[in-house]
Amino acid sequence: MMNSIPIDWIWGLIGGLLIGTGGAVYLLANGRIMGASGILGGLVDRSGWHSWKERSVFLLGVFLLPIPLYPMYRAVDTHITSNWLVIIAAGLLVGIGTRFANGCTSGHGVCGISRFSLRGIVATVFYILAGGIAVVIFRHMLGVV
Amino acid sequence: MQRLIFAFIAGGLFGSGLFISGMTDTTKVQGWLDVFGDWDPTLAFVMGGAIIPMAIAWLFVPGRKPLVGGDFPTPPKPEIGRDLIIGSTLFGFGWGLAGLCPGPSIASLSYGGIGHWVFVAAMIAGMIVAPSLRVTLDRAVPAE
Repeated sequence: MMNSIPIDWIWGLIGGLLIGTGGAVYLLANGRIMGASGILGGLVDRSGWHSWKERSVFLLGVFLLPIPLYPMYRAVDTHITSNWLVIIAAGLLVGIGTRFANGCTSGHGVCGISRFSLRGIVATVFYILAGGIAVVIFRHMLGVV
Repeated sequence: MQRLIFAFIAGGLFGSGLFISGMTDTTKVQGWLDVFGDWDPTLAFVMGGAIIPMAIAWLFVPGRKPLVGGDFPTPPKPEIGRDLIIGSTLFGFGWGLAGLCPGPSIASLSYGGIGHWVFVAAMIAGMIVAPSLRVTLDRAVPAE
């Protein structure tokens, strides 16, 4: 019976619920928006230095908690490209873009859409479109990724 | 101290959710974006799952204060400006290129290998140059 729904979708849903619960805790307990790029970016450019402890501890949680979960997952391989140029270009684009847009998948996507924020919805439409175009160009046309 | 404990719990839930959902696997993210190839809808389940508890949380915000004190964030001005569009487009392009966005790139540092550290370093470099790039852009194309 379970064969009708791919197991990856179920894991996706469970993981998604955990992500959203994390966002709910950060909002209701700390009064903050759980946006990964904003939390990190505020440390990088010091605009959020007044709350550096809270930000660092959050990021530490993101980094550490997957570790005890390794055994329950079937593959820890992230299949990241071995093309350094692609990795560096992508990282730069993500860093610059998320600071310009003031948010990424978690801030605009999860936290924004859930409060029906027009900014969050528009941002999400644009980054998904741009991501789709990048895959078309670099996978199907150039065969790089 | 309470604030830090909750921040750690929230970060931990976020990180484990990203791990369990498969969103740190770059092929699953690129598979979602690859509508002309072998399309993988997993990301929609992750997004949908994440939005449910978050939408419920927003219902508790009006008229209340956060548990550890302070105030809830004020809603941003509903403006769709130049920076939002340019930024989201640049971000999306990088997201599609590597299959990584900020959250998963940090969640996968312990197991993704050197490539993930290089990605995060480049992302931080991008965050460092972003403010001066914005000044340059302001000179060339003044924001409305």
